[in-house]
Amino acid sequence: MSADTGTVVETAAEGSGIDPMHQFVIQTKIPLELFGIDVSFTNSAMFMVIAVILVSGLMIAGSRKATLVPGRLQSVTELSYEFVANMVRDNAGTEGLKYFPFIFTLFMFILASNMIGMFPYTFTVTSHIIVTFALAAIVFLGVTAIGFAKNGIGYLGLFVPSGVPKVMLIILVPIEVISYLTRPVSLSVRLFANMMAGHTMLKVFAGFVVSLGVIGGWLPLGFMVALTGLEVMIAFLQAYVFAILSCIYLNDALHMHH
Amino acid sequence: MPQLDFSTFAPQLVWLFITFVGLYLFLAKVALPRIGGVIEQRRDRIADDLDEAARLKAQTDDAIAAYETSLALAKAKALVIAQETRDVLSAETDKERSKVEAMLSEKAREAEVRIAKTKQKAVANIKDVAADTAQAIVQKLIDKKVTKKSASVSVTSAMGK
Repeated sequence: MSADTGTVVETAAEGSGIDPMHQFVIQTKIPLELFGIDVSFTNSAMFMVIAVILVSGLMIAGSRKATLVPGRLQSVTELSYEFVANMVRDNAGTEGLKYFPFIFTLFMFILASNMIGMFPYTFTVTSHIIVTFALAAIVFLGVTAIGFAKNGIGYLGLFVPSGVPKVMLIILVPIEVISYLTRPVSLSVRLFANMMAGHTMLKVFAGFVVSLGVIGGWLPLGFMVALTGLEVMIAFLQAYVFAILSCIYLNDALHMHH
Repeated sequence: MPQLDFSTFAPQLVWLFITFVGLYLFLAKVALPRIGGVIEQRRDRIADDLDEAARLKAQTDDAIAAYETSLALAKAKALVIAQETRDVLSAETDKERSKVEAMLSEKAREAEVRIAKTKQKAVANIKDVAADTAQAIVQKLIDKKVTKKSASVSVTSAMGK
């Protein structure tokens, strides 16, 4: 964040008493400690639970009275099922369908978290780097484990591009290794940064609305409406990107192209 | 930045683990098999229905083919029957006609014979009448009696000319 925007944010915050980063603060609801580890039930945990309940509830409601010709709710669940199933099949092949439940859980969890975050007074679970990094790390470690389990030590061949002169490999192999190792970083930062930036921007504009008052506040309000639409799209898009990249990584492990 | 407050990492990770694993287990064991089953069932049903439709269509085609074969067969048979009937009828007609013709020619012959006889008789009668007439004429003209025998001789000779 540049100094310029920093001042603007501060001014806006001062003017209205709104801190755009306050929405990301973890607030402990029920302090808990287990084996010396802090396992307090926080607002983040609460919205994770809400996301899980929402997704589970949708899935139960949509499949409880399953009919041959689906109703509205059943259509939603089946549409999401087919959407993710096709994504896995197209990007990781039929072998990848073994990991479909995981990808589906990943997609729905992130999507629900992102969407819940679009409501005022909520907390966006995926706006914390540690959460997105943990999810990305599960994908990274899982994919690497599957790759070695399936291809043995030959999985290292992933780092050796084919059809390249031997001399070039000295440069290319380290690049491939680095690009492989940065996968979890790019995966997690992409989601976290999108969520945090979007929500911060909305808060900043909301601050402008308050500080500019009835006369000048309409312009930032209009921006906010447009941005909210954009953010809803990004909330979906980032869940999709996270899931599809996981599928592509999975494909590398299942079918080595190099 | 609250995101970099390391003291919040542990509870977030713990609860992420709990909720994510919980959601995964629920979806993988309960929800997804159920939804997948319904979709599979529908796909099977549609495939079955399409198969059934194809089977019925094949049946219809068979029935149409059978109908057309039997129709052609019936047509051919009808032609044969018509030909046979025509042949039988014309044969019968021919027989009848020849019978009638034979009868007619027989009758004609008989009639001819009868006509010849009658003609002969008539000719003979004419001679008698002529002789009688000649006898009467001679008597009237020259008042001379001519025997019947000589009159008939003269008539015969005159007729012979």
